[in-house]
Amino acid sequence: MPERTEPGRVSLRPPTVDSGHADHATIRLHDVWKEFVKRGGRVEALQAIDFVVEPNEFAAILGPSGCGKSTLLNMVAGFDRPTRGRVLVAGEPVEAPDPRRGVVFQEPALFPWYTVLDNITFGPKTLGQSPSVYRPKVETLLEQVGLQGFEGHYPAELSGGMKQRVGIARVLVMEPRVLLMDEPFGSLDAQTRSLMHELLLSVWERHHQTVLFITHDIEEALLLADSVSVMTARPGRIKERLAVEFPRPRSVELTTSPLFNELKREVLALIREESRRAATEKRA
Amino acid sequence: MSVISQRVPWFAVLPLGLLALWHVAVTQQWTPPGIIPSPAQVAESWYTWIFGAPGKSLSPYSGTWVSNVLYSTRRVLQGFLIAAAIGIPLGLFIGWNRLVANLVDPSIQLFRPVPITAWLPFSIAVFGIYDASALFLIGLGAFYPIVLNTTHGVRDTNLLLLRAARMLGAGQATILRKVVFPSALPSILTGLRLGIGVAWTAVIVAEMIAVKSGLGYVLWDAYYVSRMDICVATMFSVGMLGFLSDRVIYVFSRLVLRWRTLEAHA
Repeated sequence: MPERTEPGRVSLRPPTVDSGHADHATIRLHDVWKEFVKRGGRVEALQAIDFVVEPNEFAAILGPSGCGKSTLLNMVAGFDRPTRGRVLVAGEPVEAPDPRRGVVFQEPALFPWYTVLDNITFGPKTLGQSPSVYRPKVETLLEQVGLQGFEGHYPAELSGGMKQRVGIARVLVMEPRVLLMDEPFGSLDAQTRSLMHELLLSVWERHHQTVLFITHDIEEALLLADSVSVMTARPGRIKERLAVEFPRPRSVELTTSPLFNELKREVLALIREESRRAATEKRA
Repeated sequence: MSVISQRVPWFAVLPLGLLALWHVAVTQQWTPPGIIPSPAQVAESWYTWIFGAPGKSLSPYSGTWVSNVLYSTRRVLQGFLIAAAIGIPLGLFIGWNRLVANLVDPSIQLFRPVPITAWLPFSIAVFGIYDASALFLIGLGAFYPIVLNTTHGVRDTNLLLLRAARMLGAGQATILRKVVFPSALPSILTGLRLGIGVAWTAVIVAEMIAVKSGLGYVLWDAYYVSRMDICVATMFSVGMLGFLSDRVIYVFSRLVLRWRTLEAHA
């Protein structure tokens, strides 16, 4: 397991727009605003987001529910457009979904009429890759995510954790430089979630994709990410960004260390502040 | 109780009861005599109709059952296949594309309330007393449930699956083929089952008036010469054929929707 030479130190400096090298998978959001029209009225979901994920960085975004963190991810994925501002990945504006930006959804979103194998090979086949190219990759992935022997199963025959592993494998087989994960383990039980954390850590520590990881689970964010950004309640803004500098490779045991808990307390205070503010604003 | 109740063929109780009631009603002359035939009379006529030597017995229907069944079945299948061949692709496009929906859907909704029977004079005027007239009516009748259910199935496609497919690099054609179509398939098959039912209704109507062969023609002909036994035997025949064709589609859908039956048990 290679040590990272630079522990994911992240600065709060504003993004230097368009200076991203095209071959580096940097995610940049520059003054991004998002409004929704709801029952005739306008709802401001995101406000003046300036946010950068450096190449090979694992960035987590934490926030209270309804703060627009999924909206943010959807715009990076290309499912949604900002009302104002620019979203750039590797220096190019995001205009549509792209296999170079793999998305893992909260629900596994597998094709129920395809077997595990057909779900994983959906992407490579769509891109016209020949089986000789993708078959070895699929074999390796099946082993990595522990799905050997389940190739012929349909999603309905799998547990929640296994479905999500298929969801991850079908994205990884595309070898994306950017991974976008929208609360991918949110609907799993604690035991399974912990196993998935270890799986994701081992995968990421091998490939170092640029990751944008949305969650409301503080522990999950601190365990996995190089940086944790806390969002405000709606309208969502980035409230604070903290560097998480625990050495890698990390394991789930990290969550029991005093340092980890200190950081967790810090983040919890930030989140509490936001929830309280949201509550008083609602009352007002 | 449970052991006994499992061994009783419950499905047969009601049909046998009705048969007995029918028999008693006719033999006890609860019905006007000479109009309603008894079950035994119907069975006998039906037997002759199927197995009798053609042209040799007194009954002009003798031995003509198989050929009439084949006429009607062929028309149903042809009309049904035409309806499916137009209805499924059209439904896919209506459900998928707003422009096509705006263009075509209002017209379908406008024509749909017009019963098949109301199309009869038009159909005969345009196509004459030929097969084309029957096929038009059958196809039109089966078309509506097929196109509507296909459209509905397409519109029900999970947004998340569409996003997943786009994220994996799929274009419109791939999404239609690999995501929208399989997702709509349960609905499409429901449309096909409803469609074949309508097709059997339409074939009888069409054959009564618009052509000179098939079960519908026999039904109307037998009514004119007061052969109620043949009329009833025809009704049974159509019922059986409709039931059989529905079963065929049902078994087919169980096969192609294997992933879905697994889902139901999960």
